[in-house]
Amino acid sequence: MPDSSIVILVGGEAGQGLVTVGQLMAKALIRAGYEVVVSQDYQSRIRGGHNTFAIRTGLDPVYASCEKVDILVALDAETVALHRQQLTPGGIVLADEAVDLSESGAGLNLLRIPSKKLAPKAAHENVLALGVLASALCKDIGLLETLLRETFAKKGQEVIDQNLAVLRAAYDWMSTQKHGFACMPPAPSIPGERLMLNGNEAIALGALAAGCNFCSFYPMTPGSSVALTLAAKAKAMGTVVEQAEDEIAAANMAVGAVCAGGRAMVPTSGGGFALMVEAVSLAGMLETPLVFVVAMRPGPATGLPTRTEQGDLNLVLYAGHGEFPRAVFAPGSVEECFYLTHRAFEMADTYQSPVFLLTDQYLADSFQNVEPFALSELPELPAPLLEPADPKTFKRFALTEDGISPRAIPGFSTALVVSDSDEHTEDGKLTEDLDVRVQMVAKRLNKGLGLVEDAIPPSCYGEDGADVLLVCWGSTLGAALEARERLEESGRSAAVLHFSQVWPLSEDQFLPQLASAKRAVCVEGNATGQLARLIRQETGFLFKDLVLRFDGLPITAAFILRGLENIL
Amino acid sequence: MVSQTVTPDDYGQFETAWCPGCGNHSLLKCMKQALSGLGLAPHQVLMVTGIGQAAKAPLYMNCNMITGLHGRGLPTATGAKLANPDLTVITECGDGCNYGEGGNHFLAAIRRNVDMTLIVHDNGIYGLTKGQASPTTAKGHVTKAQPFGQPSEAFNPMAVAVAMNAGFVARGFSGEPEHLVDLIQQAVRHKGFSLVDVFQPCVSFNKVNTFAWYKQRCRKITPEHDPADREKAMALALEFGESIPIGVLYKSGRAAFGADLPPLKRGPLALRKPDMAALQGVLRSYL
Repeated sequence: MPDSSIVILVGGEAGQGLVTVGQLMAKALIRAGYEVVVSQDYQSRIRGGHNTFAIRTGLDPVYASCEKVDILVALDAETVALHRQQLTPGGIVLADEAVDLSESGAGLNLLRIPSKKLAPKAAHENVLALGVLASALCKDIGLLETLLRETFAKKGQEVIDQNLAVLRAAYDWMSTQKHGFACMPPAPSIPGERLMLNGNEAIALGALAAGCNFCSFYPMTPGSSVALTLAAKAKAMGTVVEQAEDEIAAANMAVGAVCAGGRAMVPTSGGGFALMVEAVSLAGMLETPLVFVVAMRPGPATGLPTRTEQGDLNLVLYAGHGEFPRAVFAPGSVEECFYLTHRAFEMADTYQSPVFLLTDQYLADSFQNVEPFALSELPELPAPLLEPADPKTFKRFALTEDGISPRAIPGFSTALVVSDSDEHTEDGKLTEDLDVRVQMVAKRLNKGLGLVEDAIPPSCYGEDGADVLLVCWGSTLGAALEARERLEESGRSAAVLHFSQVWPLSEDQFLPQLASAKRAVCVEGNATGQLARLIRQETGFLFKDLVLRFDGLPITAAFILRGLENIL
Repeated sequence: MVSQTVTPDDYGQFETAWCPGCGNHSLLKCMKQALSGLGLAPHQVLMVTGIGQAAKAPLYMNCNMITGLHGRGLPTATGAKLANPDLTVITECGDGCNYGEGGNHFLAAIRRNVDMTLIVHDNGIYGLTKGQASPTTAKGHVTKAQPFGQPSEAFNPMAVAVAMNAGFVARGFSGEPEHLVDLIQQAVRHKGFSLVDVFQPCVSFNKVNTFAWYKQRCRKITPEHDPADREKAMALALEFGESIPIGVLYKSGRAAFGADLPPLKRGPLALRKPDMAALQGVLRSYL
């Protein structure tokens, strides 16, 4: 179907409150029944600079962020200068009278908001923008009024009343303006309840649903808000959240917590994860179920700290010295962030191995509407073994057919639980018996066979034998789906193959499709085609065509289509 | 839970990989005596180590054990103690592991003040890797790796711990086993982070700080010393020469980590079930 979405872009300096405006507007739209995808672009600074909060919304499914802008809310002049060329025909620019647009505002459908008149205090400017937006979109003001009441509930009735008055004044003022912007079509019916979540929040909630009760972390953008969400809900959920002295401590702390009966998650980003690598190997050796979240940002080194990239697949695939099994999940949407986090804990617990969630800044910060989670349908995770059948003969690393040993928790029975990072015997103690070594390597790697059996097959959208097969992983899903629609509209048949689990790969699940594709194009947010290389390494299939983005911005449908122009 | 009939034999007897005459032998014996004397059965104790000759000690004892990574004993132990506050958690490792590789964790552990004990085998040398300088090797000490003498100043763990207002700061000597057993027991009983730095000679690689060297210098702190007196404790901590004080230098009286943290009041993590009712409430806040 043709693109009927509209994009509201709020831009300004850090510290001007544009995220507040954006979040409230996005939530109001979701409550009204619209689809929403938010993308946030920000600089590594607390004040100043240029940041944006872009809401793409409509009645039809919205898959990804995009490059056009229909309503530009400019909190400063730079926003107009930087984004005016993205404006669609008929698009409008909303800016306070005080913003100097003498240089950048010429020739635009520009509305100057008389904020001094409409809002008694500068602190109300965000609410003012909300009122103006609601009117521009012909939206009912009631939803925003309810939201403001909720938002300011703790600040008392006086503050609520002031904000409601400003909202109403702005709404009424906008209603008298002739801007020519077409109303959004009304939502057809009263929608069911839907959540507004970003990727990191959904990961935190998925972890809680899996019984995660321990999180150790060291702050690093864009991974931090997983831990911050768990901390914010720690009182209700009882989660132990500890900010460690460094990433090395965070990862080792989690290993200790799991060995003593916790269910733990460690969120970070590439640079922080690099410091955790030795502990990943430890978790492999101690057979510790542990979930790492790596929210990618462009490297090497400090790179572009607040931008997005899919450049750390190789790092996560090979992190840790020695050989041991692992699984790597790469959610394609906020909803998948929730369910795959639960799955990550299930796999970690089942196979007593480190498991990874690989996301990126775009998905981590992208707010989307999400249907309520089906909590009762989630599989139950194995409970910790408190009392082994025969404590006296308990062996933590007992050799078994599938490599999975009973994992008792120390202190709850007279069994002694011994775990050694050295090669060890079945009872966990250091050994240099080389026959035991060979048995233990086989035992650990055997668990990997189970992980292959349980691998989630890639999702396929579209018909076999399409002209173009777009292959992608992680957050690139939405853009690929949208690109597929555009291609179909232009008369080309197209399909999408999305990997939400990138390791282990089970080639039967996807190789026939790749091999029979007329043209398979791998779309990735990195410069070297890391998934394409992995697939070649594992299956021998060579992608002749790649569409790669590594400028720090999220992949969009338009970017993919531009890339395809050079190929097709 | 506390059994009255625990004996050192419950902690077993094992063949070790240590050199004859190594201070570790005495320390291991003291550890078994101290723990059994406290009535702690092996299954109630979790020993967490890094890597090094010292870190092998729990292998020669019946107990729960995590041998982690070099330098990382303390964070691993911290995670374990937070997961199960009912466990007696003891980290045992050497001066290189704890003050070198794990230096940042040592500082953080003092600040955090989790209720656990750190026993440092301090022999002023790297034993496992055969004789390089450790953080507590004296300046000028010649080794194969430092042929012109250790160029850096030695680390003073006692002074650092007192400066950081640590909960419990003590030093012992493997050549004074009864005294050491008492220190370990006081440290384990202490509510909060407790540090016992233990001198123990490395007979193979440290020809300077020998048994006789320590024996000649170690002087027991007299009962007149008030461990709450931080200035006097610092004076003792800085005394490192012809005479070195051993005993409890300092006790700050700080409250242990977590007394005011709601999530820790719900008991061991292993006993908790996912609270789906509470989660439903949390999810509603995102509507």
